Amino acid sequence: MSNRLTRDQIAARVAQDIPEGAYVNLGIGLPTLVANHLPAGREVILHTENGMLGMGPAPAKGEEDYDLINAGKQPVTELPGCAFFHHADSFAMMRGGHLDICVLGAFQVSRHGDLANWHTGAPDAIPAVGGAMDLAIGAKDVFVMMELTTREGRSKLVETCTYPLTGVRCVSRVYTDLAVFDLRNGEITVTDLYGDATPDSLRALTGLPLAFA
Amino acid sequence: MISKLVSGTAEALADVPDGATIMIGGFGTAGQPMALIDALLEQGAKDLVIVNNNAGNGTTGLAALLGAGRVRKIVCSFPRQADSQIFDGLYRGGKIELELVPQGNLAERIRAAGAGIGAFYTPTGYGTPLAEGKETREINGRRYVLEYPLHADYALIKAELGDRWGNLTYRKTARNFGPIMASAARVAVAQVRRVVELGELDPETVVTPGIFVQRVVQIDAPRAQEQQ
Repeated sequence: MSNRLTRDQIAARVAQDIPEGAYVNLGIGLPTLVANHLPAGREVILHTENGMLGMGPAPAKGEEDYDLINAGKQPVTELPGCAFFHHADSFAMMRGGHLDICVLGAFQVSRHGDLANWHTGAPDAIPAVGGAMDLAIGAKDVFVMMELTTREGRSKLVETCTYPLTGVRCVSRVYTDLAVFDLRNGEITVTDLYGDATPDSLRALTGLPLAFA
Repeated sequence: MISKLVSGTAEALADVPDGATIMIGGFGTAGQPMALIDALLEQGAKDLVIVNNNAGNGTTGLAALLGAGRVRKIVCSFPRQADSQIFDGLYRGGKIELELVPQGNLAERIRAAGAGIGAFYTPTGYGTPLAEGKETREINGRRYVLEYPLHADYALIKAELGDRWGNLTYRKTARNFGPIMASAARVAVAQVRRVVELGELDPETVVTPGIFVQRVVQIDAPRAQEQQ
């Protein structure tokens, strides 16, 4: 599907909406790509929930320090001005509303901003949640970054999530390979359309009432 | 003269009884007190309840303790990982109990125990399967779930420097659960890379004051390594 945005292009689009001075947590997986697209010179402070603000990029090969890792347990680096803190302080930064933006992946997002991203609901799956539920409710703005359709071609932006929820009414914007969606009180506004996506094709795909900015 | 220094890990854990609740620090290998976990395995206490962010990796450390059948229950946020095969097998076989807790609620429940809080309302988890059956309440238009503190008999943590009063400093993201677990346990045992003289730590930089620490053991092990 060459007419859809690549994952890197979605990441670049998210990066456009992260302003100078923001405190940001980039979730494990796809959202970590956003860091590569923050323009040089824009000061954004990255938070990692295992206990650091001012996280820098991956170290050069051979320079890894495994006391200095991110939430995905990958080695990172210190930027000047960085700070370390314990887990309770780190999650207080989220829950207490101090983080500006959190970028997360998702299995499904509902029109009301409910998020499902921790469990597929498969009965034999071993559950693991980590910080997903804390991140979901823990920033002033929660951005989701995902491909709009499942492998079977179904929309992951839905009327009601069928997967177990991570958080209720917490997502404010959804960045996908076909469009960007702004969610507000159950109203969905499409702000960007990509490739050959059209208002009609998006309405048909999602089955949701959509407004177009 | 106060001295919380003990000569070795065996002495540090000699009195751990069967059925104890034990917090183990660390996130990944950062802050993981490997020498103390190995000593707990050696010590032999069984029917343990373990509180840790994860449920063991590979076949060493916490995974080995699980594999030896010594753990009745684990309280953690993220048990399933690429190399958590020992936990996975026990869980699927119904041989271990799992209490799954969102990571921030885990941290706050530990902190609350150390701080003497009876329970607290948190927004994390509201409306999700992990809040089922729990009390909820709306406060100023926001919905919360009631969560209770997590106490422990022992906390095994790793710090960088420690003195004979039990004052501790940590290194980078290895701090993670150390300070809060120390406060939540009746007996906090710190594995430190180096013991320093009283007065050598700058009081402005002490992270865990010694009141929260009962035993300090020096383990001059190499720094954390990549998880294998």
